[in-house]
Amino acid sequence: MRKVCLSGSGLTKVFGFGRQKCVAVDHVDFDFYEGELVSIVGESGSGKTTLAKMILGLISVTEGEVYFQGKKRDISTHKKKKEYWKNIQAIFQDPYSSYNIFRKIDTVLLDCIHMRGGRRLPRAKKIEMMQEACSFVNLKFEELTNKYPFELSGGQMQRLMIARIFLLKPKILLADEPTSMIDACSRATILDELMQLRDEIGMTIVFITHDIGLAYYVSDSVYIMERGKFVESGSADEVILRPKEAYTQRLISDVPKIYEEWDLSTV
Amino acid sequence: MSNAMLEVRKPTTNNVILEVRELTTKWVTRFKEDICAVDHVSLKVEEGKSLGIAGESGCGKSTLALSLMGYYFPPLRYVSGEIIIDGRNITGMNPDDIRKSILGTEISYIPQSAMNALNPTQKVISFIEDVVQAHDPYKTRQEIHDFARETFECLGLPASVLQKYPVELSGGMKQRTVIATSVILFPKILIADEPSSALDVTSQKMVIKMLKNLMENGFIKSLIFITHELPLLYNVTDDIMVMYAGQIVEKGTAKQAVFDPLHPYSKGLMGSIIVPEQGQRDVKLTAIPGVPPNLKKPPAGCRFAERCKYVRPDCKVIPIALYEAYGGRAYRCILSEKELRDAHLREAKKDAR
Repeated sequence: MRKVCLSGSGLTKVFGFGRQKCVAVDHVDFDFYEGELVSIVGESGSGKTTLAKMILGLISVTEGEVYFQGKKRDISTHKKKKEYWKNIQAIFQDPYSSYNIFRKIDTVLLDCIHMRGGRRLPRAKKIEMMQEACSFVNLKFEELTNKYPFELSGGQMQRLMIARIFLLKPKILLADEPTSMIDACSRATILDELMQLRDEIGMTIVFITHDIGLAYYVSDSVYIMERGKFVESGSADEVILRPKEAYTQRLISDVPKIYEEWDLSTV
Repeated sequence: MSNAMLEVRKPTTNNVILEVRELTTKWVTRFKEDICAVDHVSLKVEEGKSLGIAGESGCGKSTLALSLMGYYFPPLRYVSGEIIIDGRNITGMNPDDIRKSILGTEISYIPQSAMNALNPTQKVISFIEDVVQAHDPYKTRQEIHDFARETFECLGLPASVLQKYPVELSGGMKQRTVIATSVILFPKILIADEPSSALDVTSQKMVIKMLKNLMENGFIKSLIFITHELPLLYNVTDDIMVMYAGQIVEKGTAKQAVFDPLHPYSKGLMGSIIVPEQGQRDVKLTAIPGVPPNLKKPPAGCRFAERCKYVRPDCKVIPIALYEAYGGRAYRCILSEKELRDAHLREAKKDAR
């Protein structure tokens, strides 16, 4: 029996009011199971990131409720919010703006150990943990110490983000377009590392992307989002190989193909 | 000039729009170190053809695009080589002359974040006015307006865009506006440097369609398209050139480069293709381990040797030249074509097991 890890019912976000009202996310229901890799696919402006931010608790929810492990999520105070964030973490689109530019990289990883209650561990043990995390993402810890984030390449930064997640071991990871600013070659590495991480820790990964090809490659189940609503959902094979909605079909036809003809006339 | 003379002259140019011979350019850092990001690159683009340049980040794709225009600004410096646009050698020209007579009219460039090129305090039309008047100061405003409206409609953009400020446009629309502006003076060759990397797939398709339209409607004669997305490159261009650490490592038609790559690096790049087609889910992505070499001190031998699966002791010592195979195909490897194919087959078998 699969356990529901995160679910939402009637989740809505409205920006503005009156005539300028804009419904970014419109009564969305979902159930994410434990150990599953879920993709949310939609074009820009369909409300993917707004949904992610609501799940994370970074913006307020207009209507509806998020349930975490069967219980209603409570983030009314800052302390409770911090407690919630121990279970849910995110990787964002832009690795360059994800770091504090004034802090060295070892402190980024040290903070993660401290957050998991390892503040009183001996220093040697901490370094060992950091080395383990870095070797998980094929980075060399010796090369990273005493460096600032700007000295790394985009791919390295994004991999360091994954190393952070490896140390934090959250229940849920929200990956909001983690590969869109990275070239195709490092993209393969990052996707493989994300999937390894899922197998290693057994967490749920919510993968947000606009490229349905990526979603097909990584995910178990796919949600298609159009103008703030989920229009289609199901297992990856079902949705992407046999799409029912016209919107899904359009998204698939927009991705450049190599084995089939890419039809440019339907824009 | 008699017809006979024209016929004699024709074969020498052979409708080659852009020819680059052994171009080398470098970046000079604050500490006077040289970084050769473009190292002895030769290429030829014929009329009506498009050339794609692939490679991972930091391999010199964008530097090559900047160098091709012949307009160098510090810290980018010219070292050696020749650039010939439509039979006219532009190397060693005065930068001011290049700006007036080459950029925009002969060769045009769309930078990576083209949408940031628009001035937020100006309407799109005044941006176009600036461009046109810089090259033709005698054109009246009315003429420019009519001309711009015609061009935009021809390219499938609504003419109402002209009277808008950049903030009112979406990302894809801004990108297409910049592309339309860059071809407004009918350049012979257009260099598009990752025009769609910041866009989602739907806007990307619109941009690609527009670039194809440009070729078909005769706005430009040739196109150089730079990206790291191989499926995109395969669909847009006729030829593909793969760059690694400032050098060309493989050249060939799009089909050859994608389905039958020879160089181990291009083989690795092709392993990172993701497409939503049946059976692609089980294909294992092969990432190339390691990082590109530091170009401040490039390795003496093959630059890919550190990351290559088929590395031999000789590779790290002997500099390797670009070997021209049959049919315009070229690759830079110590192994012969047959040896490379055998090695690829062996590797595929190993993966299958």
